[in-house]
Amino acid sequence: MKKIIKYVFIDILRSKIVIGFTIFLLILSLSIFNLEDNSSKGLLSLLNIILIIVPLVSILFSAIYVYNSSEFLELLVSQPLKRKSIWLSLYVGLAGAMALSFFVGAGIPILMYESTPTGYIMIIIGVLLSVIFVSIAMLAAVLTRDKAKGIGVVMLLWLYFSLLFDGLILFILFEFADYPLEKPMVFLSALNPIDLGRIMILLKMDVSALMGYTGAVFKDFFGTSTGFAIAMVVMFAWAAIPLWISVKKFKHKDL
Amino acid sequence: MIVADKLVKKFGKLTALNNVSLTCNAGECIALIGPNGSGKTTLIKSVLGMVVSDKGTITFNGKNILKNWQYRNKIGYMPQIGRYPDNMTIGQVINMMKDIRGRKKENLDEELIKNWGLDKLMDKRMRTLSGGTRQKVSAVLAFLFNPDVLILDEPTAGLDPLSSEILKDKIVKEKANNKLIIITSHILSELDDLVTQVIFMQEGKLMFHKSIEELRQNTGHEKLSKVIASLMSNN
Repeated sequence: MKKIIKYVFIDILRSKIVIGFTIFLLILSLSIFNLEDNSSKGLLSLLNIILIIVPLVSILFSAIYVYNSSEFLELLVSQPLKRKSIWLSLYVGLAGAMALSFFVGAGIPILMYESTPTGYIMIIIGVLLSVIFVSIAMLAAVLTRDKAKGIGVVMLLWLYFSLLFDGLILFILFEFADYPLEKPMVFLSALNPIDLGRIMILLKMDVSALMGYTGAVFKDFFGTSTGFAIAMVVMFAWAAIPLWISVKKFKHKDL
Repeated sequence: MIVADKLVKKFGKLTALNNVSLTCNAGECIALIGPNGSGKTTLIKSVLGMVVSDKGTITFNGKNILKNWQYRNKIGYMPQIGRYPDNMTIGQVINMMKDIRGRKKENLDEELIKNWGLDKLMDKRMRTLSGGTRQKVSAVLAFLFNPDVLILDEPTAGLDPLSSEILKDKIVKEKANNKLIIITSHILSELDDLVTQVIFMQEGKLMFHKSIEELRQNTGHEKLSKVIASLMSNN
C-alpha cells in the first residue's frame, strides 16, 4: 500500500496543479493579512474565501484525477494487489496532497499572523474540508462511469453544499417561522460540512454575538466541549462514510 | 489449474458470458477463439478479477479468486489494448511493476526487452509510443515475472512480422516450461504450431473445448483455419 501511495503522490506532484493551488492560497492569505490592519479581521475575510475555494478545488481536482488515472487503476487491478488497498492508497495520496497544499498555502500564513485558538481551529477545519471533499469526489467518480457526467455531478454537489443548502435552510426558516427552530437548526447544520465548519470557526470569533438567538443556541451547543467533540465526529464521518461506500462500490466495479 | 464454473456476466441487457464452464491445466496452450463480441475478453478479465461475474465461481489452484488476490502473482497478463499512465516513461512503468510485485532483482525474465531492443527506448514517455511499441511493453510486463500462467489477449495485433516472430518463439519456449498459456487471436494461421487445445465461443456461450488432434480428426483438415471454418459452416 505504501508503494502505491508513493506513486500516486509523485504523479500528483508532477501534474503541478496542486503546486499552483498552494501558491495561489499562499499569495491570497498573505495579501489578506497584509491588507487588514487587524489580523483577526483578516482571518474573517480569509474564512469566507477558504470555505468556497478549498471544497471546490478539492472536489474538482480529485474527480478529474480519478478519471484520468483510469489506465493506472486498470493496470493495478490486474496485479496481485487488493482492490481495497488500491482505492485507499489513491485516497490517501489525494487527501494527503490536498491537505498538505492547504496547510502550506493557508495554514502557515495563519500561524504567522494569527497564532490563536481561532487560527488553529481554522487550520483544522480547512484540512478536514479538503479531506472530506476528496472523499465525496471519489464516491461520485466511482458511481459514474462517464467523465463529463461525473465532473458535472461533482460541480452540482459543490454548488449544493456551498450555496443551495443555505438557500434551503433559509426557506425552511422562513416557512416555519412560527415554530421554535433553534434546536433543529443545530441538527440541520450537521448535514453540510461547510456550514458546520463555518459555525465552528465563527463561534470562536466575537462575531458570533451578531448571530441572534440561533447563534446563542449554537453557542450553547458547540461552545461546550461535548458539542465540539460531536461536531468533530460529524466532520470525520463526512470523510469516512463516502469513502467507505466508494470502497464497497470499487470492489465490484468492472474495469 | 484454473476452473470456471457456470459463469454468467451481464452488461445491462447484453449477456457477455452465458453459463461458461471450463477447466485449464498446466502445460496446456489454449486458443480462445470466436467472433468479435463473443465474450473472450470478458472471460479473460473475469479470470483476472477485473470483471466481477454475476453468477458462478472461478477457482485458481483450488482457491476461489473472489476473496483471494495473491493468485495474481502467478499470472502474467497482456491486455488487448495496453493502457498505461501517460506521463511515465517505459523504464518507470517497468520499475513500478517490479516495485509493486516486490521483486526487484531475483530471476526476472528480461529476454524480450533485449530481443526487441527496448532497452534503448527506456526514456520514452508512454504517450509518445506507437501502438506496436505499447504492445511490446505489455508483453514484456506479462513475461517479466516468470508467471505460471500467461494470458495473452491478441498478442501479435499491431506487431511487425519480425517482432511477432520473436514473441511467438518466446511463447513456444514458455510452453516447454510446463506453463499454462491462454491466447486469443483472430489470426488463426499463427496459432497452428502453438496450441494444444481450442475453446470456441459464440455470443457468450462456450461452444466447445477440445484438443487440436481431436478437431483435426473430426474435420479431416490439418490447418486450424480450415478446421474452424468447417466447424462454423456446420453450425
